[in-house]
Amino acid sequence: MAAIYKRELRAYFTTGIGYVFCAVFLAITGFSFSMFTMQYAVGGEKMDLPMYFLIVILAMVVLLPLLTMKSFAEDKKLKTEQLILTSPVSLMSMVSAKFFAAYTVFAGTLIVSSSYFLVLSLYGEPTYSIIFGYLIGILLLGAAFCAVGIFISSLTENQLIAAVGTIAVLMIMIASSMLNNFIDSAVVRTVLSWISVYSRFSNFTYGLFDFSALLYYISICFAFLFLTVRVYEKRRWE
Amino acid sequence: MIKVENLVKKYGTKVAVNDISFTVGDREIVGFLGPNGAGKSTTMNILTGYLSSTSGKVEIDGQDILENSNKAKSSIGYLPEIPPLYMDMTVKEYLNFVYELKGCKLNRKKHIQEILNVVKIEDVYNRLIRNLSRGYRQRVGIAQALIGNPKVIILDEPTIGLDPKQIVEVRNLIRTLGRDHSVILSTHILSEVQAVCDRIVIVNKGRVVADKPTDEISESYTGKRRLEAKICGNPKEVLNALRSLQGVTKAEALSQHELDATTFIIESEPGIDIRKPLFNLLASKNMPLVGLKELGMNLEDIFISLTNDPTKAPARKGSVVKRASAGNNQRKEK
Repeated sequence: MAAIYKRELRAYFTTGIGYVFCAVFLAITGFSFSMFTMQYAVGGEKMDLPMYFLIVILAMVVLLPLLTMKSFAEDKKLKTEQLILTSPVSLMSMVSAKFFAAYTVFAGTLIVSSSYFLVLSLYGEPTYSIIFGYLIGILLLGAAFCAVGIFISSLTENQLIAAVGTIAVLMIMIASSMLNNFIDSAVVRTVLSWISVYSRFSNFTYGLFDFSALLYYISICFAFLFLTVRVYEKRRWE
Repeated sequence: MIKVENLVKKYGTKVAVNDISFTVGDREIVGFLGPNGAGKSTTMNILTGYLSSTSGKVEIDGQDILENSNKAKSSIGYLPEIPPLYMDMTVKEYLNFVYELKGCKLNRKKHIQEILNVVKIEDVYNRLIRNLSRGYRQRVGIAQALIGNPKVIILDEPTIGLDPKQIVEVRNLIRTLGRDHSVILSTHILSEVQAVCDRIVIVNKGRVVADKPTDEISESYTGKRRLEAKICGNPKEVLNALRSLQGVTKAEALSQHELDATTFIIESEPGIDIRKPLFNLLASKNMPLVGLKELGMNLEDIFISLTNDPTKAPARKGSVVKRASAGNNQRKEK
């Protein structure tokens, strides 16, 4: 598993996708950070932390699929999966290695972007519990997004389809909490609430550690990684 | 070393492999021969655990590929039809990756150096795989299969896309490998298995149509001797003379190349060498013999006769014309 993890992580930076992700993510978050916190402060307004993190989440919806799109799609296209699948490595460790590689790039970039708050602490007294709450929530949300992206990547050998498909699914997952308000049917509402990743987020925004949300995000991860394993098992038997 | 029993693989309703069984012994090189689409690659993919069979059993070194898949897989080195290379890695990085992937326990530096020597890729060790030529990529693919010194090496069309010099090198390499490994080699090139393999398994339409040692397979189908002779003189008179010769079962004029020399195909009974009496006869009749060639039935003929109609016995009773046309087909295929 370590071998695949190392290779995938390296590949992000030899193919350039990792750099593109880091650069664009840091540019978007950096820009919105200065907008919603510092510029607001200059204007005498309170900083708008929720707005900043909403931008971060939207950036993740568009950019995280860049990290996960090639995970399996490329392996399938170049037939390098034959090497991995005929090696003494279990499917679960192959899938989790690829998941953790993508997640490492994301989490690393997010941690770098958190250094913005150090600047903030030089000039004021931010409420750290809320900031940490948000960051933990976003780390968990990112894990769920990565797992979804990994799963969709395993369904196709076209990276573009994987990326666009993942963006679409992530958008639906984000939007489902809003959609819920417009739906009468209890059944549909229940189903939508299962995939509504955003509504689980709220406790973190108050600086509270929500254990049930933690479990929720971890279950989403496991569910999609497990589905990915199943995709590979099914293909073997086809 | 490898035991395959009643392997069946269906893709939907299409049967790709239909009840294939064979075994490969320790340090044996087996050629897996068949036309395109015969089920060679599918069989190899099942042997290596990449695909699962619909039914049947595969054992590698006593381990079932499905039940003890990790143990079985660790004793296999596999070169698929398309070498599984990561283009963004150097040869060095790639081989080290495979080393870790296979959980190899041998001394890393020494082991990789040995493999580099065997497949002769030292000079490209630090280059990106993307920039390598087809021949080098193929060799890196073979190197990858050798990592961990597996007991079984499975090569799917290892010489495809190589130039003639590289083909000879790879064949020599495979022969070297056969000294300490069991090797399965799939190909549709007949001379390749003749040159390299101890035993040949011929498959067609998902079935095994022959499974014999290489020399035996050539011998058993060459019972009848055939000669191609170029003789000057009136074709009719020459034919009569030929048919009068003892042991000749069939003589036929093929074509007239030179001014008065005609090419004849002469078949004789097994065990009788008619070349000397033929010469004497023609000399006495003043029909100069200007060319004589023995036509052993080669593997190509055997292959065609077997794969065209697997239910019939191989072409022992096939006529000259049939064989000649089979030969033509073969030339067209090339």
